[in-house]
Order: sequence, then C-alpha cells, then structure tokens
Amino acid sequence: MTVGARREPGFMVTALLVADKLTAYYGLHPAIADVSLGFFAKSVTAIIGPSGCGKSTLLRCLNRIHETVPGAWVQGRVLLDGGDTYSPDVSAASVRRRIGMVFQRANPFPTMSILDDVTSGLRYAGRARTHAEKLESAERVLQLAALWDEVKDKLEMPGMSLSGGQQQRLCIARALAIDPDVLLMDEPTSALDPLATAKIEDLIGVLSNDYTIAMVSHNMQQAARVSNYTAFMLAGADRIGRLVEFGETNQMFTRPQERQTEDYITGRFG
Amino acid sequence: MQSESHEQLHLRRSRISDRWFMAGVYGATGLFVAIVAGLFVELYAGSSSSIRAFGFNFLTSSHWNPVTNQFGALPMIYGTVVSSLIAIVLAGFVGVFGAAYLVEFAPRAVARPLAFLIELLAAVPSVIFGLWGLFILAPVLRANVEPFLQAKFGFLPIFQGFIFGSSLFTAGIVLAIMIVPTVSAITRDVIAAVAREHREASMALGATRWETMARVILPGATTGIFGACVLALGRALGETIATTMVIGNKPAIAASLFQPAYTLASVIANEFTEATSDLYVSALIELGLLLFVVSLAVNGIARVLTWTVLRPAKAR
Amino acid sequence: MTTTRSQLPFGRRPLTAHMRWRYGWSAVGVIGSGFCAGLAASLLLLILGYVAIQGVTALNPAFLTHVPRPVGVSGAGVANGIVGTFIVVGIAVALATPVGVFTGIYLALFGRGRFAETVRFLADVLSGIPSIAIGLFAYTLFVQPFHHFSALSASLAFAILMLPLIIRTAEESIARVPTRVREGALALGISTYSSTIHIIVPAARAGIITGLLLAIARVTGETAPLLFTAFGSQFWELNPTNPMAVLALQVFTYAISPYEDWHRQAWAGAFLLIVAVLILNVSARLVLRNRFEA
Repeated sequence: MTVGARREPGFMVTALLVADKLTAYYGLHPAIADVSLGFFAKSVTAIIGPSGCGKSTLLRCLNRIHETVPGAWVQGRVLLDGGDTYSPDVSAASVRRRIGMVFQRANPFPTMSILDDVTSGLRYAGRARTHAEKLESAERVLQLAALWDEVKDKLEMPGMSLSGGQQQRLCIARALAIDPDVLLMDEPTSALDPLATAKIEDLIGVLSNDYTIAMVSHNMQQAARVSNYTAFMLAGADRIGRLVEFGETNQMFTRPQERQTEDYITGRFG
Repeated sequence: MQSESHEQLHLRRSRISDRWFMAGVYGATGLFVAIVAGLFVELYAGSSSSIRAFGFNFLTSSHWNPVTNQFGALPMIYGTVVSSLIAIVLAGFVGVFGAAYLVEFAPRAVARPLAFLIELLAAVPSVIFGLWGLFILAPVLRANVEPFLQAKFGFLPIFQGFIFGSSLFTAGIVLAIMIVPTVSAITRDVIAAVAREHREASMALGATRWETMARVILPGATTGIFGACVLALGRALGETIATTMVIGNKPAIAASLFQPAYTLASVIANEFTEATSDLYVSALIELGLLLFVVSLAVNGIARVLTWTVLRPAKAR
Repeated sequence: MTTTRSQLPFGRRPLTAHMRWRYGWSAVGVIGSGFCAGLAASLLLLILGYVAIQGVTALNPAFLTHVPRPVGVSGAGVANGIVGTFIVVGIAVALATPVGVFTGIYLALFGRGRFAETVRFLADVLSGIPSIAIGLFAYTLFVQPFHHFSALSASLAFAILMLPLIIRTAEESIARVPTRVREGALALGISTYSSTIHIIVPAARAGIITGLLLAIARVTGETAPLLFTAFGSQFWELNPTNPMAVLALQVFTYAISPYEDWHRQAWAGAFLLIVAVLILNVSARLVLRNRFEA
C-alpha cells in the first residue's frame, strides 16, 4: 500500500479512482489547482480541510457534476479503472452511473413515493420495469442502507415524509441502486442530528466492505472515526484550493508530515 | 458490474432520446420567436398596399370612406387617445390612492379581501364589461351624471352638446374600471418597495402615516407609479370589445366628451368582416399594425420605468 | 417662566391648532384612500351582481342544450357556443402547452446570454399586444389563404395569447425547483431528457398547472379575435375547419343587436362565462396554495 507524501506516483496504478493534476474553474478563476490523489478500492477516503478549501469542488469533479454549473470547467484527468472519464467520447451520464453521489442536504425527489424514488435511477435507465422488479431492487438497497425495516410498510408514502436522517439513508439507497463502482458523499451528515449522524457513520463502515467511498467531511473527528485514508486540502491567499497531504488516516492524525496538516489537526486554525 | 453490452446499449439509447429532447426544447423556443417575429411581418405585409396608397396621410386625414376607398385614421386615433386618457386619469387616481391604503393603512384582515376583489376584477372578460357598460352604466350616465355635469360645468366645451348614452365619456369610465387592477397591482409593489426604505425614517421625525405617504413614499415612488400608469394605458389603448359596445362607433372628432366616437380597435372589430375591397382590408390591417407598434412602445417605456424602482429594491 | 418641553409630563401633549390641522388632513387622506380602495373592490361586486341578477332570470335548461333560434322564438340556447368554446380552447391548449412549457424549460435550464434574454423580452412584449392584432395575424395566416373562417384559426389566435403566461409560469416554477433536486437527478446518470421530464418538471407541476389555468381563464373570455377567425355559427358544429359558434362571441353579437330577447340571452350567456372564468381563477389559486401546504 502506498502511503503518505503528495506526489507518490504509485497510487495511479493501484487505486480504483484517480484524480490526475485536476484543476477546476468557475469561469476564469480556479477553485482548486493541480490536485492529484487516489481512492483505493473498498475503502473510505475522507477529504478534510477548512471551509472554502475546495473539498466539495474536488468531489464534484469526480462524477462530472461540477461542469453542470454554467461556466464551470475542468482541466486534468480523472481515471476510473484506468479509463479517463473526461475523454471526449465518454458521456457524463455514463460516468455518473458508475460514480454515484450523496449530497449534503438529503434530496428525495419531491413528487415520488419511496419505492419510485429509490428505484428512479434504475427505472429511467430502462431497468426494473415491472412492479416486482422495483420491489426487489428497492428491498435490496434499502436493506443495504439499513432503512428497510423502517419503511417496508410505507413504500407508497412520499420520500419527503421521512425524517432527515431517514431521507439521507433513502438517498444513499437510491445511489446504491444503480450499482456504482464508487460512492461520493458530500458532507452527508452535516445537516443531521448526532443520533442520525451516528447511524450513517455506522452505515458507511459497513458499506466500505463492498464499495469504494470518497467522503468530504467538515468534521475532523468524523474523518478520523470513519475513514481509512485522509486527504487534507487548503486554500492559499489566492483562494485556490490545493492538496496538502494524503495518506492513511492513522498516520495523518498521529504523525502528519506537513506543518499545515499538523496545524489544522491540532486546531491551530480552521 | 453491469455487462458491457448492456451499458453500451443504454448509452446509445439515452443519447438518441437526449438529441430528440434538446431538438424539442430548441425547436419550441425557436417556434415561439418565429411567431412573435411573424406577427410583425404579417401585419406589415398585410398593410403594405394601404401604406403605399396613403403614406403618412393615413394618420392625419379624417376622411374614412369605404365607398370611395379613402381611409384616414385621425378620428380613430383621437377616440383611442381621449378615451384612454380619461381612463388613466380616473383609474390612476383611484388605483394609486387605493393601493396606498391597501399597503400602508389597511388592517391585514381588510387588505387581503379588498386586494383579492381588485385582482379578480382583472379576470372579468371584456365583453361582460361592455354588456354592463351598455345596459347598466350608459343609461345612468345619460340620465343623471352627464346632465349634472353639463348643468354645473357646461362652460367647459368638453361638457357641452347633445348627450348620447354611448360616448367617449362612457367608454372612458368603462376603460377606467378595466384598468384599475393593473394600476393597483403594480403600484402596490412599488409603494411597498419604497415604503420599506423610508417609512421608519419619516415616522421617527414625527410625521403621521398619511404625511409619510404623501410627502415621502409617493414622491419616491413616482417613477414606478408612472410606469404602472403607462402599462395600464397600454391596456386601454388596445381594448376592443368593451369600447366598441359603448363608444358609439362614429368616426368624428368633436370637443364634447358626450359625443360618440371611434377607436382604432373598434373600427377593426366592426368593419373587418364587411370589408369589400383589398385596400379596405389592408387599411384595417394597417390599423392593427399601428396598435401593435404603439403597444410595443408603451409597454417598453412602462417596463423601463417600473424596473428602475423595483429592481434595486428587490436586490436587497 | 415658560414650561419647556422637557418639563411636561410624558404622554399626551396639548394639541396646538397646527397639530389639529395636520391630524385632520391626515385623517382625510387615509379615509379618502380607503374610499378609493373600497370603490375599486366594490366594482367587481357591482358588475357580478348585475350579471347574476339579469343572467339567472334568463337561464333555463333549454338555454344550455339548444342552439340559437330566430328572434322571439322560444327555446333558443347557446349550446353550440358552449361546445364551440370547449373545442376552440381545447385545441388552443393542445397547441400552446408543449410550445410554452418547452420554452419555459429552455429559459429555466438551458438558456444563456443574449438569446435567452431576447426570448424573455419577447414573451413580455407578446403579453402586451392587443388581442385584435393577434386575431388579424391568425386571419392572414389561416383564413385568408383558404378563404374560409374556421375554429382552428381561432385556436391559433388563442394559443398565441396563452403563450406568454404559460412560458413565464413554467420558467418560474422550474427555476424554483431546488438545485439539489436537479443535481440529484443528474447524479443518477440518467439522460437529460429523463431527468428533466420525469423528475424536474413534475416537481414544478403545481406552478405550471396554475399558469395553464390562468391562461385558459384569460382566453375563455376573449372575443375580439373570434370576430374574423371562428366567425360564429347558428348550428351545431364539431368540425374545427369550419366556422364555429363560441360563447363569448355569441354574448357580444346578442348584446349589440336591437332585440330585447337577444339582450336577455346575452346576460345569461355572460353569467355562464363569468362563472367559468371565476372557477378557473379560484382553482388556479387553490392549486398554488396546496403546493405550499404539501
């Protein structure tokens, strides 16, 4: 396993998802510059840093959601299983079917029942057409998301009738339904109460046995609890976010190699 | 992982459906733009023979004679302008002060139903305004109001002469009723925006609520109120059916408001299906073009005026 | 020794004549503007009242089920006009809704820069154009070439009248769908077509339906374009390529005729018209309110 220092090229061969010299722009201004790191299979990688350092921007580049903002564009490569997702003959939609996303605020689709919502990714891709197929997929992923028992009797209710933590688990289930290779999570618990947060952290731990997860976290302690690897980002005076350090979580939090990492972790700023 | 062939198959399918979808989106938008452009083009093309025949005289001549194929629109322009002016003076006064009351002075329980009733007035079809104007309002005006005005203010030329039921005066009042909701709705927004800025400062100086309204808010809202009135004026200028039913439909220019008159829209409504010659039809279409251009200009001015007041306030 | 202001007890100071004058005028102002507001509000009730009184007396079952008869002959009705209204408005809705909603989708989700601004400006412009000018357009496009009045040409005119309202409300409601719902749909990797039509537009449907209802209400009472498009008819007519009776046009024709009998029918027809328009308007408001309570 490659560990630690910023520019260890080995990860480009062994990691499932790789960001290679990624620079993301909003118009003419780069929000992040020259970010290179790898996300290893069946592990959780946390991305931490003070607010405004570009963590969410980095995440949104990985599944090509960044470019859906008008005027936003990307330089660099993102490699999934060796293939460049930004190559001109790859459609963004196909990338997003292999790299799923869970957002900061749970976003169940407003007019849909739980059953329809959870299977929406499948249905609009042309799968799960019959009611039986819908139920089967729904049960599978809702079990994975530890939500099945709570909703199995009310699958026809609207998704928005659930509590905040339940809605987020619904969104996780929905993302898992299309069977992605990687799951991106953008501060998934920042809008939730401690109990719901704990449930989702447990869920992430269980999911990481089968899925590759990249998670932005505003909370260092959460990153330390939940992740196998951690990436620390920082925006300089030019307000451009850069990767400062990347390595195994244990090592990052006990013996960080960069001064800035140490300052952040010990609470000297951020 | 999904099978490769399944993944690729779906990629192609969704790209095709996306292509149709985006074609539909851009197509619909293009169609809409084409319709608006086509409107102007068709009206211009339809009036071309009349424009060639009469040129600028069309607007200055009072001679409207289908028999000799002579068409001058001045009486219609006069009727349109005067009836609309009457309407905007009346509706402006009632609408602006009514709006001031609803925004600043009325208790909430009173303001909401009143505002609702005024808004619903805008939904009433114009043929119903015409019907009511013709059978209910006009007789009352002819029997009571107009003789009263003539008795008291008969020294003014506008109140002299024989009293007809269907007249500029009746049309002006009916139009005023029709455009009050427009004046009121926009003025309420404008007053609310200006009041937010200045109300407290003025009251802190010891002014009463009315003084604040009259001395600070209304003057500050003048541009927007003017815009509201111009917009309402635009509506009045283009109103066809209600005016046709109460204005008397006589192409004449007279000083008295109690005389029948004719408007641009009314003459099109009344004579289009009777138009025998091509030149006749073309002249009527030219009136339509005139209405189109005037309403464009009036609406444009109105939007500019209301934006200057509402935009900065909304941005806050 | 004069009492300075600060030595007076806190509370009501004795009113000077000047203050009384000021308060007096302020009261006049408030009452006067209240009168204006009351006047404006009562106009609706005044008009509705007369329509109801005059209209209901002339209403009878025959009126709703029979076609027009010669003056003075009993048992005349406006049934063909009622049916004609449904046909003309129905076709207009079918024409205007796809064009309007898709243009709204363009403006809310895909429109950028000068072209989008121009489209918005044109929608504003179109909403201010007198309906008779739009009727003339439908005439030159659809009646003149075929030398034939038709309900279809009326539907065309009505569809154009409906477009600005549909476009504006569609754009507003779609733009109001939260970004996270839009991104959630995109993040599933489904096609743009699917995410827009199956997820985003349904989320905006309350606003779109409201706009549609208001547009229908606006057009149901419109008479001017009908004068030389649908033209009117004395008979049952279901073929949209023929001239057709429409209720608003019948009310107008009867009202300006010299016959008492037809005047009564005009009131009855007006009553039907205003009831339909009010129901549509109130329904539109209810749809909007339900959306917020959901």
